[in-house]
Amino acid sequence: MARVVVDVMLKPEILDPQGQAVQRALPRLGFDGIADVRQGKRFELEVDGTVDDAALARIHEMAETFLANTVIEDFVVRVES
Amino acid sequence: MTLDTVKHASGTPDAEQPWRELGLKEDEYARIREILGRRPTGAELAMYSVMWSEHCSYKSSKVHLRQFGEKAPENDALLVGIGENAGVVDVGQGYAVTFKVESHNHPSYIEPYQGAATGVGGIVRDILAMGARPVAVVDPLRFGAPDHPDTRRVLPGVVAGIGGYGNCLGLPNIGGEVVFDSCYQGNPLVNAGCIGVMKHEDIHLAKASGPGNKVILYGARTGGDGIGGVSVLASETFDDSKPAKRPAVQVGDPFQEKLLIECTLEIFREKLVAGIQDLGGAGLSCATSELASAGSGGMRVELDRVHLRDATLSPEEILMSESQERMCAIVEPDKVERFLAICEKWDVIATVIGEVTEGERLEIYWHGEQIVDVPPRTVAHEGPVYERPYARPSWQDALQADDANALPRPADAEELRAQVLRLVASPNQASKAWITDQYDRFVQGNTVLAQPEDAGMVRIDEESNLGVAMATDGNGRYAKLDPYTGAQLALAEAYRNVAASGARPLAVSDCLNFGSPEDPDVMWQFAEATRGLADACQTLGTPVTGGNVSLYNQTGETAIHPTPVVAVLGVIDDVTRRTPIAFAEEGQLLYLLGDTREEFGGSAWSQVVHDHLGGLPPAVDLDRERLLAEILISASRDGMIDAAHDLSDGGLVQAVAESCLRGGKGARLVVPDGLDAFTFLLSESAGRAVVAVPRSEELRFTDMCGARGLPATRIGVVDGDAVEVQGAFGIPLDELRAAHEETIPGLLA
Amino acid sequence: MTSRIGVVTFPGTLDDQDALRAVRVAGAEAVPLWHRDRDLHQVDAVVLAGGFSYGDYLRAGAISRFSPVMETIIEQAKGGMPVLGICNGFQILTEAHLLPGAMLRNNHLHFICRDQRLTVENAATAWTADYEQGQEISVPLKNMDGRYTADERTLDELEAEGRVAFRYTAGGNAADGYGNPNGSLRDIAGITNAAGNVVGLMPHPEHAVEPLIGTGGTDGLGFFTSILKKLVSAS
Repeated sequence: MARVVVDVMLKPEILDPQGQAVQRALPRLGFDGIADVRQGKRFELEVDGTVDDAALARIHEMAETFLANTVIEDFVVRVES
Repeated sequence: MTLDTVKHASGTPDAEQPWRELGLKEDEYARIREILGRRPTGAELAMYSVMWSEHCSYKSSKVHLRQFGEKAPENDALLVGIGENAGVVDVGQGYAVTFKVESHNHPSYIEPYQGAATGVGGIVRDILAMGARPVAVVDPLRFGAPDHPDTRRVLPGVVAGIGGYGNCLGLPNIGGEVVFDSCYQGNPLVNAGCIGVMKHEDIHLAKASGPGNKVILYGARTGGDGIGGVSVLASETFDDSKPAKRPAVQVGDPFQEKLLIECTLEIFREKLVAGIQDLGGAGLSCATSELASAGSGGMRVELDRVHLRDATLSPEEILMSESQERMCAIVEPDKVERFLAICEKWDVIATVIGEVTEGERLEIYWHGEQIVDVPPRTVAHEGPVYERPYARPSWQDALQADDANALPRPADAEELRAQVLRLVASPNQASKAWITDQYDRFVQGNTVLAQPEDAGMVRIDEESNLGVAMATDGNGRYAKLDPYTGAQLALAEAYRNVAASGARPLAVSDCLNFGSPEDPDVMWQFAEATRGLADACQTLGTPVTGGNVSLYNQTGETAIHPTPVVAVLGVIDDVTRRTPIAFAEEGQLLYLLGDTREEFGGSAWSQVVHDHLGGLPPAVDLDRERLLAEILISASRDGMIDAAHDLSDGGLVQAVAESCLRGGKGARLVVPDGLDAFTFLLSESAGRAVVAVPRSEELRFTDMCGARGLPATRIGVVDGDAVEVQGAFGIPLDELRAAHEETIPGLLA
Repeated sequence: MTSRIGVVTFPGTLDDQDALRAVRVAGAEAVPLWHRDRDLHQVDAVVLAGGFSYGDYLRAGAISRFSPVMETIIEQAKGGMPVLGICNGFQILTEAHLLPGAMLRNNHLHFICRDQRLTVENAATAWTADYEQGQEISVPLKNMDGRYTADERTLDELEAEGRVAFRYTAGGNAADGYGNPNGSLRDIAGITNAAGNVVGLMPHPEHAVEPLIGTGGTDGLGFFTSILKKLVSAS
């Protein structure tokens, strides 16, 4: 079993009110010096067998068509050792 | 790792058991041993401890709640009374309606979002378990001071939780209340009500009968939700390699609940169940013992068949788990296949976990070994009953002597105007649209009236336009001054609200929120309030069909105001005859129905202007309430009135302000002879309403009131774009709107 | 022969019964469709109703978009079958790329339910022919993820091609339903594809088809009478 992580983030140009709400709360809680917060999603995929190039390509396709909406979101796929 | 089987328990009579940690009293533990003739197993101890808790057994309140049955008025509409998941009333045309209000106070303080969300989920499953399609929800809410930092934590979470869960379920939220008072600071009241509709023949009861019938658990997988207390058992019985912490907070999944509703309704349509029960507090312990107890008594459950979300759960924990979105059905063997097929269609997991047996024992097995063998009635229904001592509090006389009628009143018209503006802008009287706009009130396409109307109303038959209405009310300030009268006032207001919408009040559910029953002061408040409510229900002819008691609502030694919240359900034959609150037609005449006296004890004015609570609440005249309701219903049916608004906290001026803003029209008011402007505008005398009468109907309407002996005083006309009190002051609608609508967003947005 | 209009039920769809009722009120035959069923049962048009299909998990509409019934709907919509997506249905249509853009969480982060004023910007689509260009209507709005977004080029293209079908009406009191309720770019409430057969919008016309129910208005009925007339005249 190997773990592949897909991080999905709103594209930089898309307004992220949830991230902004978190950022606004930070000074109130005594956490200063944070210039910006963006909130994203993290998917942890437990893959049967080894993660070869073909498997990664399938996961990439899965992320592009399903896990992320590329109209508004970017994604990064990486294998966790 | 030893499994504490029945056999093991019989062989180890002297094993130490953590009954005290589980909240049992010494004599209660002794009684369990006596019932079983041996020490209980860990699983049995878990079941008894949770089922004999205050929350499940009503052990402190039972002796008082009996009055609701004993004093129940004759009412042909009552199909199922107290004792089932929810009462059922006949609303005509073959339809029956079930409704109930419950509390989720403590969980909502700990985790506001999930506490409130699972509160909605729980009451909806209660209604579903009666065989009904849930058609609407309401949420009476009470929070601490509006400007307190913790209110900013609790309120947005609760509102988001109700919305997040309820909106996703597809049930219109049609009413409720939002009240602020510092007495609820550490103890918000999150009550939730639900209405369900079915045909008479579809009523389902929670009982397991017919030996050989299968017990099916379906819905979400079982996890470790809400079993914090029982972990003490798990660590006793098992080794310490398990996760040390179990979440005390249950997490709701409204999507799963929506599937559960649709799946269950399809199962009902095909008549596949012989009995059904939802899983709420105490989870499988409650469902299995109640189903068995209400049936012939015998049931055998293979607990290891339960689908788990967390494979490390012990049998005790599985029995106690409060994982949400689960139901338990009793199904005849030849219908099991179809039952499971419908579950599969809706992506709902379903498992046969046992069957109804001959005999009178509830037996639970874990991988073939017996871990529970009990008479189910002793778990579900024969728990301890306490006659808690109660006494009129020593401070009650002083409180009542501190007369609000003696408070300084406004010196002139200018000061009166300023106080009126402060009143309509005060958090309790201000528009709650910022909150209620976060709830879907339109879904299902049958909503006739929703907040801020006097009552919520939904159509239940598209052909005939038959509808039902519901209002919930409660005033902790009144009840603190006099719990007997306060409970009656709560009922009277909800009853009046339903009638003002044009519906005929039929039946009552209540949610009784009080402090610790171990405090004789609180117990006196509880005894007085239940007595008051039972007496008033008898007089008004509206039986209590069910409800909920929430005790221990207090912070340290300080209890909340006694807060009986009363829900009244009404029926209307034709929803097109409903009466809204809006003054929408210029030139219509405004009539004040009922008598206005100098009654300011517990009033909104005394709170807003003087931060005062003392004196006596307004007097109750139930015969007058009944007459007023009859007039409002007749006038609605015969088209004599176009708007009606009940008068309660904030008095006449509050009602007129709301009706004017709702309709976008002003009103010119004249102070009637015999009253001063202050009393006219701000008194909270009960048994009153203001109505808008088309000029063409005036004679017919006043004749009817005259003939039946209801005082009806012409107080003005719908006109202009201000609320004008002749000879005193005027407030333009824009100014009034700003005052009324900006407060809550200003505090919370 | 009367026209058959299908309404799809996904797990978590909430407004399917309302949409079926609206179809009936308009005088067409309402046909329930099930998400697992590829067969559209000879319907002439499809409504994707509102709700929280799959709990809005992942993203609103993202899981439903891959259901069997959608395979057929996507194919037939490309061939000209009229499709109306309301709220969650609109979200599904954007996820399926039948309409451009996407829906984000409301800018104020709250669910909002209110009567909403809309301006009809395109009265030439299959679903809007019974309205006048520029007509103001009031229908309920209720959503959590209703903030329409697309890149500037797409937005300019939509405007240039007249494919903005509805805008939130500016001016007037928020209490009376005016103004942009969720931060949608260019006040866009609904759009159409180039052919005018696929229309999506966030507000709920199916909740405004009967007097006294919902808002008490019937401003939403035009969607359903528009499509009915179109289907009848085509048959």
